Amino acid sequence: MTAGRQRAADQRMTADKRMTADEAVARLSSGMTVGIGGWGARRKPMALVRALLRSDITDLTVVSYGGPDVGLLAAAGRIRRLITAFVTLDSVALEPHYRAARERDGRPELTELDEAMLMWGLTAAAHRLPFLPVRAGLGSDVLGLNPGLRTVVSPYRDGEELVAVPALTLDAALVHLNRADRRGNAQYLGPDPYFDDLFCEAAREAYVSCERCVDTEEFASAGGPQSLLVQRHCVTGVIEAPGGAHFTSCVPDYGRDEEFLAAYVRGARSGESPALLLSGDEADYRAAVAAARRGAE
Amino acid sequence: MSRAEVCVVACAEAWRGDGEILASPMGVIPALGARLARLTFAPQLLLTDGESLLVGADGAVEGWLPYRRHLALAMGGRRHVMMGAAQLDRHGNQNISRIGDVRRPARQLLGVRGAPVNTLNNTVSYWIPRHTPRVLVERVDMVCGVGYGRGPAVDIRRVVTDLAVLDFATPDRTIRVRSLHPGVTAERVRAATGFPLDIPGDVPVTREPTEAELRLIREVLDPEGLREREVTG
Repeated sequence: MTAGRQRAADQRMTADKRMTADEAVARLSSGMTVGIGGWGARRKPMALVRALLRSDITDLTVVSYGGPDVGLLAAAGRIRRLITAFVTLDSVALEPHYRAARERDGRPELTELDEAMLMWGLTAAAHRLPFLPVRAGLGSDVLGLNPGLRTVVSPYRDGEELVAVPALTLDAALVHLNRADRRGNAQYLGPDPYFDDLFCEAAREAYVSCERCVDTEEFASAGGPQSLLVQRHCVTGVIEAPGGAHFTSCVPDYGRDEEFLAAYVRGARSGESPALLLSGDEADYRAAVAAARRGAE
Repeated sequence: MSRAEVCVVACAEAWRGDGEILASPMGVIPALGARLARLTFAPQLLLTDGESLLVGADGAVEGWLPYRRHLALAMGGRRHVMMGAAQLDRHGNQNISRIGDVRRPARQLLGVRGAPVNTLNNTVSYWIPRHTPRVLVERVDMVCGVGYGRGPAVDIRRVVTDLAVLDFATPDRTIRVRSLHPGVTAERVRAATGFPLDIPGDVPVTREPTEAELRLIREVLDPEGLREREVTG
């Protein structure tokens, strides 16, 4: 057997799922429901979001604990409907691009759910349940704004009325973790898993970008078995993307780039298009980041 | 003694008697208040590092509370959160989502966050660093945090502002002034509130920090004086 054929056979045996961010995005299509992992400005799959912005995919329904992922996609007009509990940059409370888009023309349309409702909606999808009951939403305007939301009454003696959060089934999930192997197992090394495993389990296809692709046996030296958050049976593609969460945090590989974030907010407030930063490929992006850093010094 | 320091103590007082539960402060002054409470009269309180770790008074990590467990803890009820409010009405309905219509808001704010689940499952207080008629309003543009009289049972303990401490200890569960901060007149609070507010002539003055509390605030908890940026005067 030639070396090339041997390699191809090995890849089949190990189900090598590595691909580029652009290849991952090429498998998505307009109109899909896409879940984006992380939380606010923490461990967002920004390299995948940037690839989405380079594509012509639009009319998305996005499910996210929102940060700059939502801000940039909203600024580019790619989101038809946003399902979220908040959009924030954490160190700056309001996401300026998202805010500007909503105040300009009310787009994206908003399905506002409570943080817990979002969690139980994803959990229901992961468990293939039509809904899960939750004590949240009643008495608030979340119900009135979402006329499709239904309540259920406990069949037991308490008879409590609860909100039946429908399963938030995703066509695709995009998440970013610290390490992944080529088969799609992925490891987080920071203090919080956020909901990245749930996003992957709630999705028909999940794309995992990572700071570094490693051999499976390297996981054990980096963290305990409980750090192995995402398993390969849920994962379609693995994308090695160093700095792939920038400018959000990816602890312990790096923290949030506060200087870059401040420049991002200043630019947005002065009406600057984020496309300047995001029209190129990853190399262009990293060059722009380096230039911004030199400018700040 | 600054107004900010009075507010730190007023926030701390919200957690008095809560026992072994999680204190979840949002904002600089509530965070200082929660830590002050634990260092003094509420030593059993659990506190996070602002991220996903539970830390003891000495800074030692004593637990793990990532967002999924934090939400589960809120639903379990063993928590008292002090949230902010872009708008708050006399029934305790709170808005942090937007100003104006959902279809095209005049100001898009944060979103509902966890306010609906918080208000139905654990004790809630509010921190309002600028008490104005635009915040204390007749009607909120969106009910995020649920107030009294909308059906579900809620427990809203305190509303601490830069001018006064308010609560809902009235027969019809509408807001009242519990105390005025030192130097603040009833007239000023009335003028800063967007709905009629009955303030009895004998309303108490918010208690001032003790010497020991002032020392903790100034030397241990906030030597950089971040509190003075949140409330001036």
